[in-house]
Amino acid sequence: MALVPRSLAFDLTRAEVLATGNVVPDPARCVQCGICSYNCPLGLDVRAYAWRDEPIADAHCLTCGQCVARCPRGALRFAPTAAQKRGGC
Amino acid sequence: MTARYVIVGAGVAGIAAAERLRALAPAASIMVITDDPAGFYSRPGLAYFLSDLIPEDQLFPRSPAELRALGLTWITERAVGLDPHAHHLTLADGRTLTYDKLLLATGATAAPPDFPGGDLDGVVTLDSLEDARQIVRRARRGTPAVVVGGGITALELAEGLHARGCHVHYLLRGDRYWANVLDAEESQLVEGHLRALGIHIHHHTRILQALGERGRVASVETATGERIACQLLAVAIGTRPRLELARSGGLATERGILADEYLETSAADVLAAGDVAQVYDEATGRATLDTLWATARAHGAAAAMTMTGTPTAYRRSVAQNVTLLAGIPTTIIGAMGGSGDDTDLVAIARGDSERWRTALPDWVVVEQHTVNRVRLMLNERALVGAIVMGDQRLAYPLQRLIAARADITPIHAALLADGAPVVQLVADYFSAWERTYAKQP
Ligand SMILES: Cc1cc2nc3c(=O)[nH]c(=O)nc-3n(C[C@H](O)[C@H](O)[C@H](O)COP(=O)(O)OP(=O)(O)OC[C@H]3O[C@@H](n4cnc5c(N)ncnc54)[C@H](O)[C@@H]3O)c2cc1C
Repeated sequence: MALVPRSLAFDLTRAEVLATGNVVPDPARCVQCGICSYNCPLGLDVRAYAWRDEPIADAHCLTCGQCVARCPRGALRFAPTAAQKRGGC
Repeated sequence: MTARYVIVGAGVAGIAAAERLRALAPAASIMVITDDPAGFYSRPGLAYFLSDLIPEDQLFPRSPAELRALGLTWITERAVGLDPHAHHLTLADGRTLTYDKLLLATGATAAPPDFPGGDLDGVVTLDSLEDARQIVRRARRGTPAVVVGGGITALELAEGLHARGCHVHYLLRGDRYWANVLDAEESQLVEGHLRALGIHIHHHTRILQALGERGRVASVETATGERIACQLLAVAIGTRPRLELARSGGLATERGILADEYLETSAADVLAAGDVAQVYDEATGRATLDTLWATARAHGAAAAMTMTGTPTAYRRSVAQNVTLLAGIPTTIIGAMGGSGDDTDLVAIARGDSERWRTALPDWVVVEQHTVNRVRLMLNERALVGAIVMGDQRLAYPLQRLIAARADITPIHAALLADGAPVVQLVADYFSAWERTYAKQP
């Protein structure tokens, strides 16, 4: 499966996410195939977060986007976390 | 006395139930019985293992330590008999277990080949990890392979075998791919992608028989007398709920085990969840079958609540599946309906919902840009279904609007206008709707 080509929009989103958010799963789309965990360069168990419906809150997450780009179900996206949303506005 | 919960099936429905039971009843005895020695793994992930996107050991969402921490009694054996009056379950090795509450989460299996020669060596279906291993072992570079069937699994088999270097012929009985869910252009997108990969598609092609040499499949003969040589014949023509155990206990069944919205079957203290369960849906007044991962998980969790004494109705959300259809990310939501009959599927297929086939929309709206495509099904007042191919940004708003049966009358006329900017209309409407909706109690 090809990586989604990086675009300016992607990089800007990522920069924003680094500052204010996380990778966030949509468990309704996830089938626990594990492609996300397999492709995480830091070996984070992204799939386990998706099962629990929690943002990938691990301080080690680089928001590199490997999991977001490779998930065949579009179950992961970059988003501001609820805590930051509340704090920010 | 501690409660004794027994779960038959270690698929996602069974495991979701076991986890929820443990959270609700820390001291209870929870027994999980499965006839699959591989235990709990991602069944949809088998397609990605086949395509070599992940290694086999990645298919297991739970480590042995995590499973141990749940404190389950795990028995790898087939359950063969049920006596609901005595609250007894019999295993193939002769053991009899007693339960207070029993959950049947026995899943569904691939429909067997419906032509002579289906029992030859080299004829395969994709159900279990063992099936996938077998296919991987046989799929060598240059191996001629035939795939037959019309749903997602057949497509995944065709792509997986291609990825493993097989020379793939894909046989469709009808005139296009997955006709009862996709419309003609969507089928065309999928078929175009397959052709570009070098997969040969044969339309209007029905297998008369599989022919063998020394017990091994060597070719298929089609109804028109054509012969296609193959060393692998992969069949994905639908699935069948595994009902044997429920029937041995005299439970009410139709195509699945009939269950009310609390997942309770016709027998006291016996519940059903997942692919095997045909669950009553208050909204339609009918009992429906899905073979969807997310549905199975939600069934399992709701059943655990009922089993521990908090009867909890399974609230059927809109049926949704997200999948790669020939490389194109695709979300199918709610009631779709392509063109009615699909001769490729004799039953419901993997990753499929009966809901998709029951669409009787008044209008259909389409917006298309090469592989980005959105098709909306709507009636007088609301969206009833949608298919989003390519760009997935509209999938979430549509899922929300369809699930909530949101009143879309304010944009109804605009959507139906010639050349309407469908994506923009829906996106704008969703933002406004969400703001008001969020304020509701
Ligand atoms: C190749 C493939 C692709 C798929 N793609 C998708 C997809 O894209 N999207 C989607 O939503 N879904 C998909 N699915 C379907 C999804 O995997 C199922 O909906 C889900 O696994 C159902 O879970 P379950 O727990 O009900 O049943 P299963 O996962 O089938 O588990 C049933 C369990 O019961 C055990 N069992 C059965 N009878 C007995 C018995 N008598 N005694 C002991 N044990 C027994 C079995 O061994 C098994 O462990 C796909 C499935 C396959 C095979």
